[in-house]
Amino acid sequence: MADSICRTIRDGALEGEHAPSLTIKDTTASPYGFGVFTHVLSQASTLILAGKSQSRGLVVVAYSRSPSFYLDFLKRSGVDVASSQKWIHILDCYTDPLGWKHQLADSGILPSNSSAGACLFQDVKDINKLQSLILELGSGLVGQGKVRFSVAIDSVTEMLRHVPLSKVAALISDLRSHDQISSIFWLLHSDIHDVRVTTSLEYLSSMVASVESLNQSSDGLSGDLGNLSLLEQNFRRGKFHVRFKRRNGRVRVMNEQFHMEESGIKFTSVTVEDGLVSQGLVPKVLFNLELSEKEKLERARVVLPFEHQGNGKPIQIYDGRRSLAPESMGEVSADTSQSSTEECSNGGGEIIYFRDSDDERPDSDEDPDDDLDI
Amino acid sequence: MDSRARNLLDEALGLDQLTQLKPPLGGKAVLIEDCVETSGSFVLHQLIKRLLTAVPNSSNVVLFLAFANPFSHYDRILRKLGCNLGAQREKGRFIFVDMLNVECPVGEEGKAGGRSGLFALFANITKVLNALPESNRKCLTIVIDDVSLMEVAAHGSSDHVLDFLHYCHTLTSDYGCSLVTLNHEDIYSSMDGLVFLKQMEYAADVLVKVEPLATGLAADVHGQFDGLQMTVLNRGSLNNRMSNFQFRIKENSVEYFYPGARA
Repeated sequence: MADSICRTIRDGALEGEHAPSLTIKDTTASPYGFGVFTHVLSQASTLILAGKSQSRGLVVVAYSRSPSFYLDFLKRSGVDVASSQKWIHILDCYTDPLGWKHQLADSGILPSNSSAGACLFQDVKDINKLQSLILELGSGLVGQGKVRFSVAIDSVTEMLRHVPLSKVAALISDLRSHDQISSIFWLLHSDIHDVRVTTSLEYLSSMVASVESLNQSSDGLSGDLGNLSLLEQNFRRGKFHVRFKRRNGRVRVMNEQFHMEESGIKFTSVTVEDGLVSQGLVPKVLFNLELSEKEKLERARVVLPFEHQGNGKPIQIYDGRRSLAPESMGEVSADTSQSSTEECSNGGGEIIYFRDSDDERPDSDEDPDDDLDI
Repeated sequence: MDSRARNLLDEALGLDQLTQLKPPLGGKAVLIEDCVETSGSFVLHQLIKRLLTAVPNSSNVVLFLAFANPFSHYDRILRKLGCNLGAQREKGRFIFVDMLNVECPVGEEGKAGGRSGLFALFANITKVLNALPESNRKCLTIVIDDVSLMEVAAHGSSDHVLDFLHYCHTLTSDYGCSLVTLNHEDIYSSMDGLVFLKQMEYAADVLVKVEPLATGLAADVHGQFDGLQMTVLNRGSLNNRMSNFQFRIKENSVEYFYPGARA
């Protein structure tokens, strides 16, 4: 399913249609949206470099990470960053978004700013200038013709801190409808915004990918010690829910699971039986609540004190006085017409047991429901 | 017990190995959240003590922005923990910025000469950084006690505080220094306040919550410590681990132990 997203980004925009757009949203309960964002970023970069994507360039609008972080990340992901100036531009809105460092440099307090390998942007409140710069950088990568480029915004949440929703929506809408934009994707922390903001951005998206925790009741760090194991599992994995909106209006919903590894985020299909849930329900306490293999075997060998052992063997009666060892159990013919009795070897008493099933013959033609008064 | 106790908190904060060559917190941003029932200030005290005294002749420098208490308060506490803040201050290893009763109103941004109080504070921080030798800048740890009072100083402008914290965060990328902030999670009841807290949580590399026990007050267990290292999200390398233990604050030290394992 994550592959479906990457394929859609790869295929890009059709002539006369808006560019495909992806919202990746997460919450503090499962704050792995950035892992998904970087996964899509590395996949898109790989496809661009391989020439398999409609897009021939990528503009990353970086609000929450430095440009060097992205270049290091792409390098670790195996993407060739040596030629990065030919296919990627990072618009640096992280280092000096409000121009404070620029002012300090003018005062001689700080050395002059330079954002290595990136275009420094120091006025994040000016959305028009930001839009112009995105288009200018993209055109600088792919030229002015019909070749397209993609845009990635690492935090629309951070963008919304400086610019109202209407302007952010206008920016995204303009980019989607631009002739040279192949695709756009962005990250949003949905628990920071009210529903109106999240919904507005989802309306602008052809794909919405939600990162959710496995256990819906967990709320980030919980102080419940009993759920520590469950929380620890949740903080390495979660649910990945994607909604695709087709041009014809049809909506397709898909689900996967993800887990974080050394090399990044990995996606797997949802399993019917997820052992994590059952494991997670056993609280971590100092005494043992589970059975060892030996204990499970011994439990299976216990002869139950009623008739039907369920093992296909002839019916045996255990009255608590006979030995439990298998070799000491003699086979008794299952004669249903007789009651089974047992004489105590020590004398003094006996148990006479009349089975209810003795009253009925197995091949009786009687309908057992005949006595119902319906 | 003491060396074991150091390991639990050190592990939670990523302070496993304090050496002269490695930055103490590895350039991370640590957020400590506490509440009125259980104060998280002991984490700051322990951290300062570890940074200044764990490795002899280290290059570690602590820049402490004090919005909550005067220098004498911290000096008294750290003396009991075996750390002389006065001496460290004289050596230039503990830089105390007294922000008590200082107001940081939002300036007239955009106008010529317009400056805000927090912008001026950021300017002071960069001056301190530039005064350090270039190789030692990554050994600087900026500690803020606490962010809620910074909001008060900024006349309630949480946006301005977030801008300031963002710029402090960029210093961790630019110079490799570290940032430790303390905030109170139970003072925000409105949606805006919770948004402010969540913004800080998303930006943190290590998130720590200090809470009372779920079972209530206890004489020998003063609270529980939940920590999550989120470096997989922010620094690109997987070091995702959770910590959970309980603690008891004594006169001259703090005991840490796993639930039910108190010696």
